[in-house]
Parts: sequence; structure tokens; C-alpha cells
Amino acid sequence: MSELLALSKVSCRRGRITLFSDIDVSLAAGQLLRVEGANGAGKTSLLRIICGLLSPIQGEVRWRGEKVTRLRDSFYSELLYLGHAAALKDDLTVLENLEIATTLAGERASATAMHEALAKAGLLSRAGALARTLSQGQKRRAALARLALAQQHLLWVLDEPFNALDRAAVSWLAGVIEAHLGAGGMVVLTSHQGVAFSEQISASTVTL
Amino acid sequence: MSEPSSLVLALRAVWAIVLRDLRIALRRKSDSTAALFFFLIVASLFPIGVGPEPQLLRVIAPGIVWVAALLASMLSLGRVFADDYSDGTLEQLLLSAHPLPLLLSGKILAHWLSSGLLLSVIAPVLALQFDLSLAATFELVLTLLLGTPLLSLVGAIGAALTVGVRGASVLVSILVLPLYVPVLIFGVLAIDASNAGISTAAQLSLLAAMLAAGLFLAPLAAAAALRISIE
Repeated sequence: MSELLALSKVSCRRGRITLFSDIDVSLAAGQLLRVEGANGAGKTSLLRIICGLLSPIQGEVRWRGEKVTRLRDSFYSELLYLGHAAALKDDLTVLENLEIATTLAGERASATAMHEALAKAGLLSRAGALARTLSQGQKRRAALARLALAQQHLLWVLDEPFNALDRAAVSWLAGVIEAHLGAGGMVVLTSHQGVAFSEQISASTVTL
Repeated sequence: MSEPSSLVLALRAVWAIVLRDLRIALRRKSDSTAALFFFLIVASLFPIGVGPEPQLLRVIAPGIVWVAALLASMLSLGRVFADDYSDGTLEQLLLSAHPLPLLLSGKILAHWLSSGLLLSVIAPVLALQFDLSLAATFELVLTLLLGTPLLSLVGAIGAALTVGVRGASVLVSILVLPLYVPVLIFGVLAIDASNAGISTAAQLSLLAAMLAAGLFLAPLAAAAALRISIE
């Protein structure tokens, strides 16, 4: 199986503290990678290093054999990153937020596709509401609605995607992730909740 | 139907950024109107301070209006990237499938449309106050239209460097105001020349040349600065 994403000897230091060192992981199509660790262990830092937002103090991250910091745009057209913050503009409606996010990601989603995505995320009734009026869980759902439109992004990097979600949304999200993996996609995620995925999924875990 | 080229898609994304930022500015009018009133009030304080002598006012008017415009455009500068940084959309911008400098040009254009353009349009009101001639007023608006985009461009570099830093707005002023000096000099010189009845082509050409260089270089510099300061 060919490995698309490969981290070799990645080390990260924030300030004077070395968070982790010599992390070696690789990920092939259809695989899930869980990043585990206590608070402050550097889970988010590792995800940001994978995305090229943060440069490791040592080691490198390669995508299809090339360094991600050199690839930039061509890597980013295959990457979808959802960070801690929901990346919503408070003064835009849920639909407008989804529209700008998909445009920036290099996709063109039709209005019906976007409405469908919001319906799947359980937010169709709030599509015209300003993001500032949403609850924490609804903001999370609005951010996650992008996943329903992001099948052509091979690699999903999700930082605590299950946070603030109710039980129905957790099982919806787990289903979306499983479907993406089933279609040959790759997912890297951090999660405090022990969400159970189906047995067929080939998952590996890094513990920081 | 054939697939649109990547440049077309990128330009579409830039346009979407411009629309988004303008829409946000329209929904939060207080920000741009505050800068506008700041501009009007600062420039109006000077005639009160130095006394109502038309001759003197006419001489100092270009400098005052220009300095007031500089300070007013500084007001909104700290927010250009700070808001995006705190809600996480800045990371999405950095991870976009499109070239970052292009997207930043969109953000800078939106900033200018919601600050510099408004200042240039309202400037004739101040010109009345300083008893400027019609020709000098025209020159003032023209130099502001050429100069304020540069303020947004250069300011974006400063704002990008200070993203996520505490007390960023003061830092931006210290970083950026010295860089505004050439714009200020040629802006004011052009109006002085028109007051004296001399051709202003040289000053305007220089302003336009600086604008052309800024349009090309500032988004590249701001993109590099953002990648560093987001770490």
C-alpha cells in the first residue's frame, strides 16, 4: 500500500519545552490516524505541523513524497483542516460562511449541494441565521457541514471534531468519517472522547 | 462545459474575499464610520487650534488633511487580520487552495474600499473648511485616491507582522507610520504645487509608481509575514 502522508522524525518545541520528538508516522489511503495525549501534550501542534502551519524544529512532513512546505497550494487543494476554532465569521450567516469556506477550498458547490450539507449537519433551519447567534454545538455543526462537501479533499485533519456535539451529531460525524475512509480518503483527528468507529477501518494511534 | 482554469478559480476566490469583507464592514458600520468621524474631527481641530486666518489655513491644509487621513486609516488597520486570527478564518485563508498573496490582495482591496475610499470621498468637505481652491480640492482628492491604497497595502504588511501580538495596534502604528512618509511627502507636494499653479504631473507619477510597486510587492510581503507570525 502506498503511503501518501509521511512524518519522519518530527520534533516540536514551543518556547523552551520540547513537546514531542522523533515522531514517525505514515498514512495510506483509507487509513485513520488518531492523535492522543494529555492536555498540552502537543496534539494541536502536531496537526498544525502536518498542515504546514507550524514548522517542526526537526524532521519533515511529506505528501506524495514532497515536503508540504514546498508544495503549499497543490497540497492544500487536497487538504481540509478544521481547527479548534470553528472558523466562522460572526457577522455572516451560516450559509454565507459555508459558501466562502468552500470557495476558498477551491470547490464550487451549488446552492442545493450547500443546503443538503446543512441539512445533513442538522442546521438547515438556521441557514439564514448569523453565526453569532448560534450555540457552541451549532457552530461546530456549521463548521462540520463542510465535510459533506469535501469528498474530493483526500486528507482531512480534524482537531477535536467531536467537541460540543450532541449524541446524534457524534454518530453522524462518525458516519461521515467512515464513509470518507471507505472511499479511500484519509483522516487525522484528535479526540478526548473515545468515539468508536466500525471494525473494518484501519486505524493507528500516535500517543504524545 | 470545460473546467475553468486555476487562475479563474483563484480570481473568483479573491472576489469572494472582497465581498465577504465588505459585507462584514456593512454589517458592522460602526468601524468604518468611526474612522470617518475621526478623520473629520482631527482635521477640524486644527483650524480651531491655530486660528481662523484663511491664508495660514490654506498653507497648512494639505499637510493636515493628509496626516489626518494617515491616522484614520491606522485605526482600522489593527483589525485587518486580528479578527480573522481570533475566529480561525485566517488559518483557513493560509490553507486555501489558492495563492495566498492573491487572496491577501482581496483583503487589502476590501480594506481600502471601506476606509481609504471613504476618506477620499469625504475630503472635499474638509477642503471647504480650509478654503482651498477648486483646483487644489481636486488635487487633494486625486492624491488621496492614489495614496490611500498605498496606506492599506503597506499597513497590511505591518498588520500581518503583528498578528496575535498583544498591543498590536500600537505596534502597527510604530512600524508603519515611518513607512508612510514618502506617500505623505508626495501627496502634500502635489497639492502645494497645484496651489502655486505648477504642474503636478511629477508628484502624481511618483505616487502612481509607488502604488504600482506596492500593488505587486505588498501582498507578497504580507503573505510571508503572515506565515511567520501564525506559527
